[in-house]
Amino acid sequence: MENWQIEQLHTLFPSERFFTSTADLYSYSFDASFGEYIPEVICQPLHVEEISTVVKKANEWKVPIYPRGSATSLSGGPLPVKGGIVLDMSQMKDTLTIDQENMIATVSPGVLTADIHRAAEEVGLFYPPDPSSALISTIGGNLLENSSGPKGLKYGTTKEYVIGLEVVTPTGEIVKTGGKTVKNVTGFDLTRLIVGSEGLLGIVTEATLRLIPKPQAQKTLLATFHSPVDCGKAITEVLRHGVLPAAMELMDNACIRAVEHFQPSGLPIDAGALLILEVDGTDVSTENEIGHCQTICEHAGAISVQVANNEEERAAIWKARKMVSPAVTELGPTKISEDATVPRGKIPEMMERLQEIRERYQLNLVVFGHAGDGNLHPNIITDKRNTEEMKRVEDAVSDIFETAVELGGTLSGEHGIGLLKAPYLEMEYGTAGVNLMKSIKHAWDPNHVLNPGKMFAEEGQTKVVLT
Amino acid sequence: MTNTQPHTSKLHELAYDATNQCIQCGYCLPSCPTYISMGQESASPRGRINLVKAAAEGKIDVTKDLAEPIDLCLGCRACETACPVNVPYAHILESAKEVITENEQEAGKTAKIKRLTLQHVFTNSNLMRMGGNFIWLYQVTGVQKVAAKMGLLDKFSPAMAALEHVMPTVERPGKRPTRGTWLRAYGTTTATVSFFTGCISDAVMNKTNRRSVELLRTVGCDVYIPKTQNCCGALHSHQGDHKTAVTLAKENIEAFEEVQTDYIVNNAGGCGASLQEYEHLLTNEDSNWQKRARLFSARNKDISEILVDCSPLPFKKNGPAVVTYQPSCHLTNVQKVTEAPRQLLKQIPGTQFVEMGQSDTCCASGGIYNLLHHEEANKILDHKMDFARATKAQVMIMSNPGCLLQMRLGIKRAGLDEEMEGMHLVDLLAELCDIP
Ligand SMILES: Cc1cc2nc3c(=O)[nH]c(=O)nc-3n(C[C@H](O)[C@H](O)[C@H](O)COP(=O)(O)OP(=O)(O)OC[C@H]3O[C@@H](n4cnc5c(N)ncnc54)[C@H](O)[C@@H]3O)c2cc1C
Ligand code: SF4
Ligand code: SF4
Repeated sequence: MENWQIEQLHTLFPSERFFTSTADLYSYSFDASFGEYIPEVICQPLHVEEISTVVKKANEWKVPIYPRGSATSLSGGPLPVKGGIVLDMSQMKDTLTIDQENMIATVSPGVLTADIHRAAEEVGLFYPPDPSSALISTIGGNLLENSSGPKGLKYGTTKEYVIGLEVVTPTGEIVKTGGKTVKNVTGFDLTRLIVGSEGLLGIVTEATLRLIPKPQAQKTLLATFHSPVDCGKAITEVLRHGVLPAAMELMDNACIRAVEHFQPSGLPIDAGALLILEVDGTDVSTENEIGHCQTICEHAGAISVQVANNEEERAAIWKARKMVSPAVTELGPTKISEDATVPRGKIPEMMERLQEIRERYQLNLVVFGHAGDGNLHPNIITDKRNTEEMKRVEDAVSDIFETAVELGGTLSGEHGIGLLKAPYLEMEYGTAGVNLMKSIKHAWDPNHVLNPGKMFAEEGQTKVVLT
Repeated sequence: MTNTQPHTSKLHELAYDATNQCIQCGYCLPSCPTYISMGQESASPRGRINLVKAAAEGKIDVTKDLAEPIDLCLGCRACETACPVNVPYAHILESAKEVITENEQEAGKTAKIKRLTLQHVFTNSNLMRMGGNFIWLYQVTGVQKVAAKMGLLDKFSPAMAALEHVMPTVERPGKRPTRGTWLRAYGTTTATVSFFTGCISDAVMNKTNRRSVELLRTVGCDVYIPKTQNCCGALHSHQGDHKTAVTLAKENIEAFEEVQTDYIVNNAGGCGASLQEYEHLLTNEDSNWQKRARLFSARNKDISEILVDCSPLPFKKNGPAVVTYQPSCHLTNVQKVTEAPRQLLKQIPGTQFVEMGQSDTCCASGGIYNLLHHEEANKILDHKMDFARATKAQVMIMSNPGCLLQMRLGIKRAGLDEEMEGMHLVDLLAELCDIP
């Protein structure tokens, strides 16, 4: 950018919301994935009009704009790969209203997901999407990445709850999509197109979310199995018997060992798989269902099944899952967290293939994930300063993507394509599929100013690069 | 622009590995008071860690780029408690401060007031006590000249001037409990303790210290106050003066080995945290020092822990209708003492304990942060006072002298001085047990 352009932008923002110092530029150069890309200026908009003006300027000058929430993206979503302007949306957070009667929340994009959970629960309502980053991610980031968590199986992902948006288009127009009703078939469903578009098709400035009544009770069990195959059988059986758990979390042997090593809590370290299953509903239904699930797990050959009798025991069960993150850092400082997803029935096979990849590349690969919806999280623990190992990691990651697609699954169930997975998009959708997406992008953003360098691979970019 | 200055390589050596432990997940952001008040990534723990990393890689300049964001950190360490992967933030912070300080000195920059004052005043507890005496004189006689002579009060103005109004009354020097002799328990002895007086507390909160000793004796402790003890060194390591901090630590370890007791007791969350971390501070010393440090820290306790163990306290009268509590960050995040002070407050007859919203966020006293960054500190403080007001408490309790002064300032700024009083935990408990 030219100096005069930066000066002109500065006239739109007071100094406490406009940063150009070296320390600030470096502070907006990263997200929770890889790489460091230095922007030229950071603006913190508070009003939709400010954004519209900046976007129009960017079109005039052909300068890239990168919207950013809390920068917890694991795929490089907000990274300013071509410099330009970072639009830090995190301070646009003044609206969080719950309309109890219509069961609707209206939120500014910078509101944290956990604050929506809390506000809804205070009035007996429920906003189900629960990415594990909820305490820190913005709802804007969640919308654009279509995030989800353990509750995805029963309650679906973020997109199921978005019924209306206010967006600034890539050319700077202010547009409303959808509305305040759950049913709405008026015109194209632009809301759905924008949700999950990773900030390529518009900047979200307000969202209307659908809420549901809060389930009254939860019941949780922890089961361990000799092998992922046994565990997979139990999962299929549970669903075949008409129980739809609110969460089914799976941990593999490497994960169990890591957790036990980090904080011994009596998990069987030779178990091939561990399953945490939770049902929600009424007191009576959860009591029934958890009993059912217990029997099913036992029939499927579980080594042990333990049902939580009270809140304390329930917390203890979930602790095993929450320990995974800190535990695996004992294995190395760098964690590459993938989210390849396969059809549910393919989980045992995917687990086996991951095991092979682990051995082939001699890496610390641990697997956990949301077994109910086939969304696994193979995590490679390494040290990014070890370039030799990082090369093997790159190959392993490529293998994971290819395996998921080969088994009829997808590159990403949660974290998005962003920068890291762009080279693989074509593998999943073919040239024609990717071209259709590109033509949508081009129609909406003819000057390619909004989040350029993401989703679609650059010339010559053929595989994941971490070094 | 890679730069291979000696300070860059020193920072690399001290903290680069630690910065690489950060996975940039951002979990620490909502817990950081400076991020909440300033709203920019360079004022967040994740931002600061990344800047230290960039400086260690020689990408940014230690003085020009790194010093300010680091200076604006409160050192409250709430980010450490929030971090899921245990990034050693304090170590990163202190390494950065050390290198920044050295670099400034080399560059021949006029040493800042803070460091002058630190080295010359806080290392010398006699001088500090004298300072306390002067504050006492100042308070009873109102002679401004005395303060001017000390040169302490007006150097920090206007921040100091603001704090001065909230200073507790300092007692006549003669009332200080004697050092170097056993002060026996009133009744049967249940434990023996050495009392750590702290330098600032000893100077300006000597009444609280005296009452701490009296409370301990009342609940059955034989108390010994080692003579040669000194400042804990917290202020020095927080300001990048690692060398002095190590010297002070060694002096204190020696002082408290003189008489063996069950516990070393302090009433200042900040000092206690620093005593707790002597082992870490002395990691580069020989194994004998490390062992002595480990034994020292193992005996270290906050006074609330001892008082809870000796509960119930012999209360003589009812307390105020409502009390609330602003914990000391270092008591919470370093010593991990969170329940004991609350348990004591819940025992007070006739008193309801009300938890204050966001009580775990720092009050921006942060050692001497409120003296060095007056405006930023006030912004954070005023935000906190909104939650304080909502508790409708008559008394707000603190467990560290810095927090006490800061919250009294907050009460004054919020115009609550008619309704609410800020007190040290010990002072309230002592009053209700009829200890003058
Ligand atoms: C420890 C950890 C755990 C995680 N767990 C999960 C999980 O369980 N499930 C899951 O799905 N994800 C998870 N993630 C990934 C990440 O948290 C989510 O993708 C999240 O939605 C990102 O939100 P954010 O506010 O950080 O957005 P950012 O990372 O800042 O941005 C994400 C994308 O959205 C765009 N964007 C942000 N705000 C706007 C806006 N207002 N308008 C337009 N574009 C915008 C950005 O350009 C970028 O492309 C995890 C991440 C971490 C670090
Ligand atoms: S120590 Fe406190 S102020 Fe400093 S980065 Fe951590 S949370 Fe923020
Ligand atoms: S919580 Fe820990 S790992 Fe995450 S960004 Fe903060 S310091 Fe880094």
